[in-house]
Amino acid sequence: MTELTRLTAADIAAKVAAKEVSAVEVTQAHLDRIAAVDHAVHAFLHVDTERALAAAKAVDDDVAAGRPAASPLAGVPLALKDVLTMQGAPTTCGSKILENWQPPYDATVTRRLLEAGVVILGKTNMDEFAMGSSTENSAYGPTRNPWDLDRIPGGSGGGSSAALAAFEAPLAIGTDTGGSIRQPGAVTGTVGVKPTYGTVSRFGLVAFSSSLDQAGPCARTVLDAALLHEVIAGHDPLDSTSIDAPVPPVVAAVREGATGDLKGVRVGVVTEFAGDGYETGVAAAFTAAVEQLRELGAEIIEVSCPSFDLALPAYYLIAPSEASSNLARFDAMRYGLRVGDDGTRSAEEVMSLTRAAGFGAEVKRRIMLGTYALSAGYYDAYYGSAQKVRTLIMRDFDAAFAKVDVLVSPTTPTTAFKIGERTADPMAMYRADLCTIPSNLAGNAALSVPCGLSDGLPVGLQIMSPALQDHRGYRVAAAYELARDAAQGGPLINRVPELEVVH
Amino acid sequence: MPSISRDEVAHLARLARLAVTEAELDLFAGQLDQIVAAVAQVGQVADQDIPPTSHSVPLTNVFRADVVRPGLNQQQATAAAPAVEDGRFRVPRILGEEA
Repeated sequence: MTELTRLTAADIAAKVAAKEVSAVEVTQAHLDRIAAVDHAVHAFLHVDTERALAAAKAVDDDVAAGRPAASPLAGVPLALKDVLTMQGAPTTCGSKILENWQPPYDATVTRRLLEAGVVILGKTNMDEFAMGSSTENSAYGPTRNPWDLDRIPGGSGGGSSAALAAFEAPLAIGTDTGGSIRQPGAVTGTVGVKPTYGTVSRFGLVAFSSSLDQAGPCARTVLDAALLHEVIAGHDPLDSTSIDAPVPPVVAAVREGATGDLKGVRVGVVTEFAGDGYETGVAAAFTAAVEQLRELGAEIIEVSCPSFDLALPAYYLIAPSEASSNLARFDAMRYGLRVGDDGTRSAEEVMSLTRAAGFGAEVKRRIMLGTYALSAGYYDAYYGSAQKVRTLIMRDFDAAFAKVDVLVSPTTPTTAFKIGERTADPMAMYRADLCTIPSNLAGNAALSVPCGLSDGLPVGLQIMSPALQDHRGYRVAAAYELARDAAQGGPLINRVPELEVVH
Repeated sequence: MPSISRDEVAHLARLARLAVTEAELDLFAGQLDQIVAAVAQVGQVADQDIPPTSHSVPLTNVFRADVVRPGLNQQQATAAAPAVEDGRFRVPRILGEEA
């Protein structure tokens, strides 16, 4: 592995701007790394070699001509989750129903990245339509965790998290509907951020659950995540749920956190996210992280959020209900797969056959669950009650944030589990999202930062902030990251085992 | 709370336009029953007077000026279609045999 693939995004951008290295060299180093290790990791569904090199060349031309950098991340390679559209490459969402689909437009996130001079290396693997916690629901085969290739890299954004941990890219984009950025971050020892709902445009993000979906930055350091956050966030008239407000000052917050002083910051530990079901090693790493926050000067307060116990059941009614409606667009008529169109079958029969052939088991389960929850006679008991729970969860957050500045918990109750371990038991799989779901239901900001290892596998610390106060979590995470590295003898990600390289 | 029978799964699959095999009916009936039993916990707030939340951001209708802006042309719109005829989406018949 060359040194270039070990660099942070901030360092790459600085070196490119200072002409110490060219963006083309950096991009080529990452493409070489992908060629050498992705046979084992399978983070990428599509590698966009030629356009990546052309984008890097354009950044080098800017530098040579003395033009100002397009952004603080100009020339830095990135892996884009395959749920965001990018013209000229397939967008599959990990589904057979969209195999080889070429979108006719760029997502706003994609456009912002390209305009910022970020070099998009390719599209990353994911659970089909972002439904899953392990990336095993991809129609194109699972992604493997670089910490242990027999284990899952989290999901749904396991391709993005694995690409970071395998040093195939220093930056990635994920989307988080119930934890799909944060849980993959936790189990791969990387940083994953779900911004406040409505602050990153959903235009061009293929919808799973529209009231919960949120794209966000993934990186190996808190600063890199913040730099990427500021590139992709901002109001977008093309997304009617986009919030017309300034982007929270997340990069400044990281610089403030890096002073290592958290005096006056009140950190709430969520009572409900502990106990049965939490692995001993996860609980231990979390407790140690809270102690470290205390040593940095933070005031630690235990806070009870009783409605969080109902977040998981409410989520598995709301998200499937919205999905059953959103995925109705895959009707075999205007784009995507069509099966059984033999001249005798009706459109409805072709539609049913196509959806049966094109969707995997988890997508079918959720569509039927959502159809059930929205059925006449069950609507009030299921979907209606879930919406009431959503109100209670928002009230719990409001009450908690009246007492503390941020809330913390483990990101997910266990470390990375074995591939195949939970595929036959949907409820066991769903519990991976236990701690991340409340922030999707309430729409507030939340991130995961690595907080140690348990039996050689990474553990994540989740930091939740109020809506539009994303910078609070970044400040705490940046301070913690420095203290963690000092206490644990260097960045946690450097302890990921070497992967076998193919030449 | 009612449990989900095999027949009910078949009905849901029809509503959702999903062709399912006999084996899938057995699998999904068991799994959906288990999932619904777990998520039914939300029913404990059913009788409480709590306003429902459909969305975390308090936005209502969002308008833009009614002016023409660029969109997809016909070629772009049909480029990914499974079947195209004379620049239009070609679809299977939409009426049943009995119609």
